[in-house]
Amino acid sequence: MIEILANSALNTIQDRGRPRAMTLGVARGGAMDMLALACGNMVLGNEPDAAGIEIAFFPFRLRFLDDRAFAVTGARGPVRLDGVDLPPDWAMIARAGQTLHCDAPTEGCRTYVTIAGGIDVPLVLGARSTDLKGGFGGLEGRALQKGDRLPCGMPATPGIPPHGYGLAVRCPMPDADATRVRVLPAAEYDDFTAEARHAFFQTAWRLTPSANRTGYRLEGTPLAQQRPLNLFSHGIVPGTVQVPPAGQPIVQMADANTCGGYPKIATIIESDLRLLAQTRVNGRIRFVETTRADAIAALRTEARDQARRADAFAHLRHMLIPA
Amino acid sequence: MIRLSMAGTGAILLDAAMGPFDAATQRRIWAAARALGGAPSVVQAVPGVNNLLVTFDALHTEPDAVEQMIRQAWTAAAAEEIPAREVEIPVTYGGAFGEDLALVAKHAGLSEEATIAAHLAGRYSVAAIGAMAGFAYMTGLDPRLAVPRRDTPRLSVECGAVVVGGGQAGVMPCTAPSGWHIIGRTTLPLFDPHRPDPGFLRIGDTVRFTRVA
Repeated sequence: MIEILANSALNTIQDRGRPRAMTLGVARGGAMDMLALACGNMVLGNEPDAAGIEIAFFPFRLRFLDDRAFAVTGARGPVRLDGVDLPPDWAMIARAGQTLHCDAPTEGCRTYVTIAGGIDVPLVLGARSTDLKGGFGGLEGRALQKGDRLPCGMPATPGIPPHGYGLAVRCPMPDADATRVRVLPAAEYDDFTAEARHAFFQTAWRLTPSANRTGYRLEGTPLAQQRPLNLFSHGIVPGTVQVPPAGQPIVQMADANTCGGYPKIATIIESDLRLLAQTRVNGRIRFVETTRADAIAALRTEARDQARRADAFAHLRHMLIPA
Repeated sequence: MIRLSMAGTGAILLDAAMGPFDAATQRRIWAAARALGGAPSVVQAVPGVNNLLVTFDALHTEPDAVEQMIRQAWTAAAAEEIPAREVEIPVTYGGAFGEDLALVAKHAGLSEEATIAAHLAGRYSVAAIGAMAGFAYMTGLDPRLAVPRRDTPRLSVECGAVVVGGGQAGVMPCTAPSGWHIIGRTTLPLFDPHRPDPGFLRIGDTVRFTRVA
């Protein structure tokens, strides 16, 4: 059991979301940075679908009510256990009564706290993710509040090395000058003017403060269509880049509406969407055109790297933990 | 002709729209969605309005194979007659619960009472479910009530709001932003994730609105 010591409307319980509930109109949801959550689960020997805490509002504090292995991954910033600094991407064992403290990150903007055994809230529509719009999942369908006590599941593995261990190769974070994300052209790409298509790839888009789990509004050169389009509502996915009549793009994020009606110029590929999720407000974003073959290759590389890391950590646990 | 487009690495959009909304095309979309939804490599087949989004696991499935499967499913799909369930939705119209009723009436050139009567007279069909959990896109709205959506969506429209927008009818299943116009309110719960069948409305349902005195 862990207890939350800080209020926030933005910190939620997330897992891999509900990719099979779209036909009900339910957002895919899940961690905005799936790789960071996956790494947090992996180092603890958790199942990949275990739920953790996504922190987007700092400072964040929680207290361990019993001895627990935990990990902190994702955005990098000051993280302390009872005042002792932890290395980045680190897993260790907390003792009952100890307090974990995460301050505002210096790189990235979403931090993940995972717990051995996962956060054990009920499965709703196949997942433990909080759906804030629908008001279900997570803890009572809402963001975490001071005083919340979260039950944790039974750890799947015997444990981790007593003094902890961490990721030597970190998950990539956005470049300092601009976040570069690869995109595939979408259905209405050719309906934009040649100038707009050029500007889409040449502009260093600014991430406006209208950025949440549902969508990110960008600002830059307005993108014009050759003629106004009136589209019927159609299915959209996280990563879809829509362009409403005013010409400023909106990127659909994890809690994307399942249907939309605005023209779509492109879709950010699955492997790169987490980079946008880690981009701070007022940060710059550049779109880079890619091909379907390269996008699939990126997915495969990511899956292979993740499998290798999982093997390496399983081996480390075997070597370092006394039988 | 249908148009297929990429929607990222793991999704393909089939667009079958040709001009105005077509009910026969929509029934064919439902049939294709049902056929594709059962395919092992497909994660979800999500009907839109005269279109269909197919999501799949791009790590293990070649997109070209999915494209081919979509084309075959479309060719094989006949306009499907789903056994129509008749559903009634009780509505309190106007006043505090229908703040846009006057605007819709003005657009239609009708009195508020005649606008309510026109909404009540409709026999609606659930074309698609989406945008938010349990939201049904309903066709069959009296064309006079087809007010274009608001230029700027409201940031919050109450759960239960009975709305019209862009020639379609709907009911808000949760409190969320919307650009549609509010003409009434229902207390009927439209979505409950804990029910075996979470959505109250299903694709193909025939919907009538009734008036609560």
